[in-house]
Amino acid sequence: MSIRQAMLAILEQGPMYGYQLRAEFEQRTGETWPLNIGQVYTTLTRLERDGLVEVVVGDAGSGNAGHGGVGEPLGSDRTHVYRATEAGRSEVSEWFATPVPRSQPPRDELAIKLAIAVTLPGVDVGTIIQRQRTATMASLQDYTRLKRTGRAATPQEPADLAWSLVLDALVFDAEAEVRWLDHCEARLRRAAAEREGVRPGASTPSTEGATR
Amino acid sequence: MNAVLHLAAVSRVHGEGATEVHALRSVTFRAHPGELVAVMGPSGSGKSTLLTLAGGLDAPTSGSVRIEGHDLATLDNAGRARIRRTSVGYVFQDFNLIPALTAAENVALPRELDGEKSRIARRLAVTALEEVGIADLVDRFPDEMSGGQQQRVAIARAIVGERRLILADEPTGALDTDTGEEILRLLRARCDAGAAGVMVTHEARHAAWADRVVFLRDGVVVDETGSDEPEVLLVEEAGR
Repeated sequence: MSIRQAMLAILEQGPMYGYQLRAEFEQRTGETWPLNIGQVYTTLTRLERDGLVEVVVGDAGSGNAGHGGVGEPLGSDRTHVYRATEAGRSEVSEWFATPVPRSQPPRDELAIKLAIAVTLPGVDVGTIIQRQRTATMASLQDYTRLKRTGRAATPQEPADLAWSLVLDALVFDAEAEVRWLDHCEARLRRAAAEREGVRPGASTPSTEGATR
Repeated sequence: MNAVLHLAAVSRVHGEGATEVHALRSVTFRAHPGELVAVMGPSGSGKSTLLTLAGGLDAPTSGSVRIEGHDLATLDNAGRARIRRTSVGYVFQDFNLIPALTAAENVALPRELDGEKSRIARRLAVTALEEVGIADLVDRFPDEMSGGQQQRVAIARAIVGERRLILADEPTGALDTDTGEEILRLLRARCDAGAAGVMVTHEARHAAWADRVVFLRDGVVVDETGSDEPEVLLVEEAGR
């Protein structure tokens, strides 16, 4: 799971409190994949169990961690400062050295939805496609607005550049989805036209050609 | 706020009888000051027809086209030509610059055709070229410029003299990704400064720069993102 490795990789910068770790993560990725603080501590606890991080109890020697904790609720792990161990560092190197596998694509709800829809009578696939395209387009507009305004538009720091690249990833992803929907629409219209033995693009209006 | 461009129930039929093609079917469409609207659709969906009608380069079979309140059908040829030169700027995929003219001359041409003294027209042209970031290329000829630079000249030509309606037909089509994005940034800036923009594109990533995206299929608007602010329309209708 990449959050675990991402957190470990950020810890290579130096020892940190859990909430600092979260701030560093969000600095680079915006609010795209929000981390709740509980999740951060659970992950840190597991990393510690696996010997990949160690606790540097909030004493000296961890100058990098500051004297913070101001306003932080009391509780044992919230006052801990964590540091990557040697094993943790090699896990990070391993992560960077290994491509993210595509062999098991994440579940794509939209692809599944359309795959089911085209096989069912009485489902208006054309309308499903159009609604989805409008919704995806609206998200694409949102990402583009974020890209051309705010800190991603004129990156000052590496973390700003990171965030603008994450936005680009979202943009390309949404764009690919719109293209795929266009493609599905065209394929379905052609299939419908062939079934009815009529010339594609003849007088049937709007999306009815793709409707079943 | 009144629409700069208002198409009301516009239809356009090409040919007749068996070869009749309905390029647009009763399309209503507005572009307001400060707004960039993208029109998306596959080829044959009517998007180019929409742009041609919006620019007064063709007339609808039925319905009306108004630019800044002027119904194009009530104007004679000279009147339409004047609106085209003074209110509407065009940006094309292939730039459409005149090869024998320099950047400044290309941009100044519409002003000169409109009777502006050539010295003033040139000054306006240089200002427009500055605005699109190529003040240093004013005396270059099109074949001495890159595609992106030529498209900047075309945009300068489209905005020279404060024209309020910018019509762009696949303006990024012939450009690489980064250059295309720069062109969108310019169009966007012009609309943010108060112009109304209509851009036809088949690229979702580029359409996403618009405030509103309208989807055309078979000559019909099938959907759009955002809305055309109904309260604005009410005020507009009440004002007539």
